[in-house]
Amino acid sequence: METAAKPESAHEEHGISLASTAEVGERQFLRFKRLNRILHIVMIVSFMSLALTGMTLKFAYTGWASFLSRLFGGYESAGYVHRLAAVAMIGIFIAHIVDVVRMKKRLYPSWRSLLLGPDSMLFNKKDLQDLIGNFKWFLGRGPRPEYGRWTYWEKFDYFAVFWGMAIIGSTGLMLWFPELFTMVFPGWFLNVATIIHSDEALLAVGFIFTVHFFNTHLRPEKFPMDIVVFTGRMPVDDLKDDKPLEYNMLVKEGMLEENLVEAYPPIVIRAIRLFGWTALCIGFSIVVWIIYAMLFAYQ
Amino acid sequence: MKPFARLKNKGLPKCRRLIVRLPCLVVLAGLWLAPAFGQENTECLGCHSDKSLEGTRKGKKFSVFVDEKKFGQSMHASLTCVSCHADLAGKELPHAEDLQKVECGTCHSAEQELHTKSLHGKAIARGDALAPHCNDCHGEHNILSSKDQRSPISPLQIPFLCGKCHQEGSLVTAQRTIHQDHILENFSESIHGQGLLQKGLIVAPNCATCHTPHSILPHTDPASSIAKGNIARTCTKCHAQIEIVHRKVIRGELWEKQAHTLPACVDCHQPHKIRKVFYSQGMADKDCLRCHENPQLKSSKDGRSLTIRSEELGYSRHSKISCSQCHSEVSVSHLRPCETITKKVDCSSCHAELAQQYQVSTHGKMAAKNDPNAPTCKECHGTHLVLGKLSPNSATFATNIPILCAKCHREGQKAAARYTGSQHEIIEHYTESIHGKGLMKSGLTVTATCTSCHSAHSVLPKTDSLSSVNPKNVPQTCGRCHHGIQEQFEMSIHAVMVGKTDKPLPVCNDCHTAHTIRRADETGFKLQIMSQCGRCHEAIAKTYFDTYHGKVSQLGYTKTAKCYDCHGAHDILPISDSRSHLSRERVVGTCQKCHPGANRRFAGYLTHATHHDPEKYPFLFWTFWGMTSLLVGTFILGGVHTLLWLPRALQMQRQRRKESGQQNQGDKGENGNSGKT
Repeated sequence: METAAKPESAHEEHGISLASTAEVGERQFLRFKRLNRILHIVMIVSFMSLALTGMTLKFAYTGWASFLSRLFGGYESAGYVHRLAAVAMIGIFIAHIVDVVRMKKRLYPSWRSLLLGPDSMLFNKKDLQDLIGNFKWFLGRGPRPEYGRWTYWEKFDYFAVFWGMAIIGSTGLMLWFPELFTMVFPGWFLNVATIIHSDEALLAVGFIFTVHFFNTHLRPEKFPMDIVVFTGRMPVDDLKDDKPLEYNMLVKEGMLEENLVEAYPPIVIRAIRLFGWTALCIGFSIVVWIIYAMLFAYQ
Repeated sequence: MKPFARLKNKGLPKCRRLIVRLPCLVVLAGLWLAPAFGQENTECLGCHSDKSLEGTRKGKKFSVFVDEKKFGQSMHASLTCVSCHADLAGKELPHAEDLQKVECGTCHSAEQELHTKSLHGKAIARGDALAPHCNDCHGEHNILSSKDQRSPISPLQIPFLCGKCHQEGSLVTAQRTIHQDHILENFSESIHGQGLLQKGLIVAPNCATCHTPHSILPHTDPASSIAKGNIARTCTKCHAQIEIVHRKVIRGELWEKQAHTLPACVDCHQPHKIRKVFYSQGMADKDCLRCHENPQLKSSKDGRSLTIRSEELGYSRHSKISCSQCHSEVSVSHLRPCETITKKVDCSSCHAELAQQYQVSTHGKMAAKNDPNAPTCKECHGTHLVLGKLSPNSATFATNIPILCAKCHREGQKAAARYTGSQHEIIEHYTESIHGKGLMKSGLTVTATCTSCHSAHSVLPKTDSLSSVNPKNVPQTCGRCHHGIQEQFEMSIHAVMVGKTDKPLPVCNDCHTAHTIRRADETGFKLQIMSQCGRCHEAIAKTYFDTYHGKVSQLGYTKTAKCYDCHGAHDILPISDSRSHLSRERVVGTCQKCHPGANRRFAGYLTHATHHDPEKYPFLFWTFWGMTSLLVGTFILGGVHTLLWLPRALQMQRQRRKESGQQNQGDKGENGNSGKT
């Protein structure tokens, strides 16, 4: 699809970036199907919105919060954005669960085979081995482990969403409908819910915008970002390098060719990068803001 | 007052003591004088000179002793006893004890008749026990001439005589309807009273001069000497040619002729009240204007114009006051009556009460020290063109007051320069305040101006306990307009009477400020008020900002519960008080103002919760620390993982670049090493 490498992409082409540069007419490995890509984009938008609007309240004592609150059209408007994004987030969650159920019906004979199979998102023995192997590698005591389709840190991020949905979602609903919930629970539950909601949100935001960003985008081999979650495609070389176990399995089973698709044209890649940069910048800004608020303006 | 001190102590006991101490002397003197009287009197005195002789009337014993000496000196010394005690004529002695009352009218028929028709006589006829009989004023056996200074009816004694009944606190003033009050006090301070009692001028009028001795009638009775139709005649008994000097009022005509249209003397010169002579007889404005209408008239001292524009005087509130009433000390007899004037105009002659207020005020105290910056009456009220505060052209008209006060109190002016307090740019702040805008922009003359709060004449610094802006008095001062609020405030915990505490309690201006008072429904005010509460309620205000309400307020929005939305603004009461907005009985209703579906459990939301207090809010404390531990734990794990990974990943990257570089060198030569991140 790509006709000619542009001067700036020439660097990447001949340089170290193996992540995203498409050769002319190169066929790439399809890692994420369309639904999951869409869900992740919606997730980014909704998560960013929730973080930005929510933090304005959490750090209300900073000038930044006032500024952002006004940017969103006031606290009421920011509240609507927050709740709308929350609904979107719940929608993503439900859509994913439905997708998992349908996937099981289509591709797996039983839940057991889905949940305990090699492509399962559940933690397994291999993950523990990888974790130990990874630490050994970090400390120079062994080789880099051969990661499979889903590494343990990817699984951790995946389940963090489940945890967050349960904790932040449930407390958020309490705070959204306090009159309804206090028909059953005492009033001080709302105080507890506020603390849990806001601190768990702080954890989620802090974790995603630092650890997840590093693990996925900022580590040197992916720097400055890995756009596979938006394109769904990754060069086969990358797959070979990053997920050797999966690559070997695919080659062994002769399934690799089946999963190769054409790369996106550069205009699409540029748009995706722009989006990625925006998300990264917002994320980092929030981290900086949180650190500033906690260290210098804490009340 | 002094002359009546004697009356108050009741003079009688002193006389009695005298009598008790000198019994022998009196008896001896009586015996010696005895032959001077007629036969019958000697007979009577045979018994009645006995000091211990007592009679009985209506079951009560009383002395029937007759002091022969005093009787001998009395006006009636030449009369026999039976001339008055007529029912005893020819009776055998000793006579029966129950005698008839002496009938003075037998001889004094004219006086008797007047008395019978008078208020006093009618009261006797009604059987009023307090009504005075002849002997109550004239005495009994010791009747003296009115010319005798010892007589109770001598001019100097009459005020005390009448005062026995007509002084404040007597039975008559307490139990009977007398339309004038403080008669004796007022009289004693009046020009008449001073003349009589202080200067001893027995020609000065006493009570009887105006009221007549016997024909005492109410002023509503046309026959009364003090009736409107007769008052001029009564006064002109002394003030014979008064018409001549009353040119302005009566145009030189006689009162007696037109008593029904012209004001009576007492309409201007109140009957018993204090009066001062602040005008000179015979001076009229036209005498002054003869010179002062000349537009070229200048002071020989400082060259200022002394021209009086008569139309100015006409507009003035003092248009009916003559020049000499203010410019006193003129001498009518002089060619230039004003040349005897030594003092400046003293407004206190008429405006005594205001002048008194002024004297205790800061302005007045400065003036007393001859401070050149001190404003006197004329600085605010002007001189000849004195306009009332209701005239829009007046400097003291509501909308002009801030301009008037600003002359000295604007920043940089003489009053502002010496001021050391905390209020600055007063005029500018006031102009921007709700009061200032109401007055100057909306033109509402009922809006508070400077004088509404600081008072017009009793201006004092707030540190003075008499000041209208002293914290103690502020609620009352504001309450003059905001009465409903004052009522609420007075029953709130912030009121001195309710919140019994030694801590300083807030008053209106502590929350609303003094000069920058803003509309209470303005965003700025609403947000500011929270920090105002926090000045005293520091800890609790802080915890408010830990809650959703507080955080939204902190972002600068007012549509969320602030202190006063729950606690009330002026009617704040402790939650233990059932009238409090937050009492058990009312708290749900208070929540429902914003949360219509609120229920009792909803009201259990901790609006001042903080997770920093493990004693009070253990759940919140432990939840917070639980969450914080989770957060810190996760970040430590994630952080360690990342930090260990980074150098290794960089190393791997360098290695790969090297490999890739070697490969590229092999493949493409010169382009190989240009790759970088």
